Amino acid sequence: MALLAQGLHVVLMLAAAPCLVGFIRTLKARLLGRRGPPILQPWRDLVRLARKQPVLAENASWLFVGAPAAAFVATLAAAALLPSFARGMTTSGLADLLVIAGLLTAARVILGLAAMDVGTAFGGIGASREMLFATFAEPAFLLVIFTLSLLAGSTNLDVIAGVLQGPNIGLRVSLGLALITMLALAIAENGRIPVDNPGTHLELTMVHEAMVLEYSARHLALIEAAAALKLLVWFNLIAAIFLPFGLAPPGAPVAGWALGLLAWGGKILLLALALAGFETSIAKMRVFRVPEFLGIAILFALLAVVFLFVSQGFA
Amino acid sequence: MTGHHLAFGHLSYDLAHLLGGAVLVLSFVLLYQRRLTAVINSYALQAVALAAAAAWQAWVQAAPHLYLTAVLALAAKGIAIPLAMHAIVRRLKVDRSLESALGIFPSMALGVGLVTLSILVVLPVTPQAQTLTREDLALALSVVLMGLLMMITRRTALTQVIGFMSLENGLILAAVSVAGMPLVVELSVAVLVLLAFAVFGVFFFRIRDRFDSLDIGHLDRIGGGHR
Repeated sequence: MALLAQGLHVVLMLAAAPCLVGFIRTLKARLLGRRGPPILQPWRDLVRLARKQPVLAENASWLFVGAPAAAFVATLAAAALLPSFARGMTTSGLADLLVIAGLLTAARVILGLAAMDVGTAFGGIGASREMLFATFAEPAFLLVIFTLSLLAGSTNLDVIAGVLQGPNIGLRVSLGLALITMLALAIAENGRIPVDNPGTHLELTMVHEAMVLEYSARHLALIEAAAALKLLVWFNLIAAIFLPFGLAPPGAPVAGWALGLLAWGGKILLLALALAGFETSIAKMRVFRVPEFLGIAILFALLAVVFLFVSQGFA
Repeated sequence: MTGHHLAFGHLSYDLAHLLGGAVLVLSFVLLYQRRLTAVINSYALQAVALAAAAAWQAWVQAAPHLYLTAVLALAAKGIAIPLAMHAIVRRLKVDRSLESALGIFPSMALGVGLVTLSILVVLPVTPQAQTLTREDLALALSVVLMGLLMMITRRTALTQVIGFMSLENGLILAAVSVAGMPLVVELSVAVLVLLAFAVFGVFFFRIRDRFDSLDIGHLDRIGGGHR
């Protein structure tokens, strides 16, 4: 039963991730008055890329060749751990937020190393910027995890979602601050607009695209799939923590999943709408302003911890 | 604890706390902004959040006079003053980008320190009060301190005035969260701020006429040889 939920969850994540990217692209195009590509376009791109012969630089090492698969697997593992429509899946015991953060960081580091492997300047710039952002994003994420573990008494996402679903948690200032932090992090981690522009290959300020510039064919397909999956992972994280409504409890019958699936779809759709609206209404910020943006995310997370600590310590 | 003990999970407590938190977060937003128009809009948003907090307190405490406070906050500080400020900015044709004396990140970090300080100060000295009042008082004190911080770190006269008025938002937040605060006090504070705003408005034009800028740094020159 739990295994069935797990299988369905992984298939769902894999199938939905490129569609989510396509959906956001279409939505943004509509908001800008263009018709935009069909929602399935990222899937078509992936299939087309997977059929092509990769071109490798002369001095590319095994790291360069192996990195896309490794990054994809790490991201997939993180995606498999998150509860999407039901709690109590087979891997729920492993769904520790620290593990998820570690897996996402591992994928990021592998890609950063691969970007520097062939020795082009662009890859190096992209990697160094990505690592710079990571140094600010990681502590903020850890502080959010700390806040949640203070509230729920566990760093396990399955347990946290269960506690936050419960009746006696209420609305809390700390949770609001943590939500702001997580939204800022989701934007930075996925290279969305104020931080990085996902839709360009020809800009000197780009970060993620600069790292993967040397990749082609099936390697590129894996990287794109991993990036799409990462976006879905972050959406799912935010949905599971801050919008845990409709999540089927462990041991629910198959019929009970329907509500969970419906709620999950609704939440992802809502976040996609919010992201598309936000991205079209804001301009990209200068690269050197990003550490400040993320530093403020850290401060908000710190404030969340302060509020929680103090209200638990003195109240 | 006597009376009805309010704690997390009660909607009345949660929403009051959340609205107070929103006012505080908007204080941080005020510190973060780099453009004059954005600062004014953030201030208007803070006033709206304050009005919502006051209205919610009116509902919770069943105190109809607090609705008046809410309406006043919304009409005067949420709509009238921001509109007037936009008009002043347009007419003065001053530089709309702002600089901060400390830099954005250090001043935000200082702000977090101030919030921690005010929580550490308020919570231990008010053990008898209701939880609702205590935490709202801590939030309100933070907003007041953040307003002071903004007055210190921002260089132009207009943003200093916004800092002053955001400080006053903190006072109103404190006033509405304490049950039984008479309306006279709030009204007089509100009127005082309106008067101060009018006076400041005159000053803006005088400063601008004299120095072609609203940068306070120019005033140091005529302050005498203290440096």
